[in-house]
Amino acid sequence: MKTTTVKLAGIDVELFEAGSGNALLWLHGANGFDPAHPFVKPFSERRRLIVPSHPGFGKSGLPDWLDRPDDIAVLYLELLDKLDVARAEIVGCSLGGWIAAEMASLAPERVTKLVMVGPAGVKVGPGDKLDIPDIWALPQEEVNKLVFHDPKRMIPDTSKLSDEQISIMLRNRETTALLTWEPWMHNPKLKHRLHRVKAPALFVRGVSDGLMSATYVEGYAKLVPGARVTTIAAAGHAPQLEAPAAFAAAVLPFLDG
Amino acid sequence: MRAWHFSENAYPYLPPAETYPSIRVSLPNQIYDPAKGSDLYHRYIDEWLIAEDEGVDIMLNEHHQTATCVDPAAPLVLAILAKLSKKARLLILGNPIANRRQPVRVAEEMAMIDVISRGRLEAGFVRGVPYEILPANSNPVRMNERHWEALDLIVKAWTTHTGPFSWEGRFFHQRAVNIWPRPWQQPHPPIWISTTSPSGAAAVGERGYVQATFLTGFEGTRQVFDGYRRGWQKAGRKGPVPIDRLAYAALVYAAPSEKEARAGAEKLLWYVTSNKVPMHIANPPGYVGIAANLAMIRGAEHPLSGFKKNASVDAAIESGLMFAGTPDQVVKQFQKVYDYVGGFGHLLIMGQAGFLEHDDTVLGIKTFAREVYPRLKQLYPDSTPSRTPAAAPGTAKFVGASAGP
Repeated sequence: MKTTTVKLAGIDVELFEAGSGNALLWLHGANGFDPAHPFVKPFSERRRLIVPSHPGFGKSGLPDWLDRPDDIAVLYLELLDKLDVARAEIVGCSLGGWIAAEMASLAPERVTKLVMVGPAGVKVGPGDKLDIPDIWALPQEEVNKLVFHDPKRMIPDTSKLSDEQISIMLRNRETTALLTWEPWMHNPKLKHRLHRVKAPALFVRGVSDGLMSATYVEGYAKLVPGARVTTIAAAGHAPQLEAPAAFAAAVLPFLDG
Repeated sequence: MRAWHFSENAYPYLPPAETYPSIRVSLPNQIYDPAKGSDLYHRYIDEWLIAEDEGVDIMLNEHHQTATCVDPAAPLVLAILAKLSKKARLLILGNPIANRRQPVRVAEEMAMIDVISRGRLEAGFVRGVPYEILPANSNPVRMNERHWEALDLIVKAWTTHTGPFSWEGRFFHQRAVNIWPRPWQQPHPPIWISTTSPSGAAAVGERGYVQATFLTGFEGTRQVFDGYRRGWQKAGRKGPVPIDRLAYAALVYAAPSEKEARAGAEKLLWYVTSNKVPMHIANPPGYVGIAANLAMIRGAEHPLSGFKKNASVDAAIESGLMFAGTPDQVVKQFQKVYDYVGGFGHLLIMGQAGFLEHDDTVLGIKTFAREVYPRLKQLYPDSTPSRTPAAAPGTAKFVGASAGP
């Protein structure tokens, strides 16, 4: 288990690696990555787990030219080159799912399995209604209810966090806004590229996810050839954090299969 | 000393504040009665013209999706005033250029108003308050960068007279900019920027534009002006900051008797107290920096939010947010703030708010103009009007400025 810094397109990217075996590139969501996250253990026991902090998240740099998830997708193709990983499995959560979808449509030959967990990235519904609720136009308590099955259990107590931890949370929030503001949470071009994806794809949705509705996730999955959808009980937008055992039980067999 | 009558074009006929979560952004416009709104537009325009008759200059601003300021297209009202007024300087403070997609269009609007008014425009630019983010669908991250690039493009559009130029910046792209009309004032109208943070003011000071700060009271205003002075010197300028580079906006109400003044001042507090906005609208991600947000999580409070909780005329005067009373009292209160912050050349008068009716508003304007203003001019004679001196074509130089934008 180690955290290092890798230089990609001139950006210092924070990189966590653990375990051995087939390479699994894990792309975190808007809340960023913490090595203490409960999915690290089960997945690093079976895989070479590679978790970059996206530019502007964690301690990764953020250059002034970067402002879209597909910028990061290109960066991570370079990351695979640097790590000498020809082909990888990818798990992408939320914003990370968007980046994963961009990667898999840009370079389908490099992705062996694709897992999309409550992913953002496309627009499938009508133009006069947001597919994904505007989290910046709602009080934080309302957002918490949309994000978690059990907000009381999942929301961190900021009085117990260090200034550095809170600063990272705030920076993650800021970078999320930068990347997703307009068009809201999607790249209009992406859905016209997803037919190129070659990897078997699994869409995972927490049953209480108030951000990515079942209709949205199903509509998204239909754009990826052969993709199927599975639902995780007692979890919201981040089943990998809220129901890690059920999540691992759903995803690991898919990766192994 | 120059004084400006500022009115927000407020629509005060609202249901009780407990019945809505926010006066901005989300308040349904079914509450707005266009007939009442029309009367208000006419009334507020009349009040600006009365201010002009009294020798006070004119200032207006722009907000969106809010009852506090029903002026979502300030250049439209400014265009009306450019035709109806005769001598007043016309300050728009300002154009929210970090939220407008076409800076060149802003350059055109401002040039038109400058020409119609025969050179009376003072062109202000604002980053925009956080509540403007959602109405504009504007990304709150990198607003400052967008703001400055937009302004540089506008200045270039104003000062290029030899046919089309191109612009390929970080945020804005134009292949052939060649505005008609060009501004009346040469090389361009005076530029104002408002900011209430010392670091923002330093950036304005470096560029030498006029710096305005709003309701920042004794401490905040001094810090903002200090920031400006730092930026001014950092750009390599010798000597002190000319007084006409600095402006302060306060709630101001003068009346012949203390009783009348107090009644008017109470009504003026609406400007602060009506501003009910929930946190998620008041603090979008990236609008303020990480350190400031961390401080808020740890319990820090914006001075104006603190004031709002126990708003009173006395507290407002005590904090330097308000000058209100008889002419003698107003002059004394003003002097205290002026001396404390190191002086400023422009007083931006928030002289109408909420239910301050027409007659009361006019009484405030006239009492100030006749009884207070002459004394301020006498006390602070460095009342050079803000204006842009001649400079070589194609460059943007300001009073004492060695660096253009």
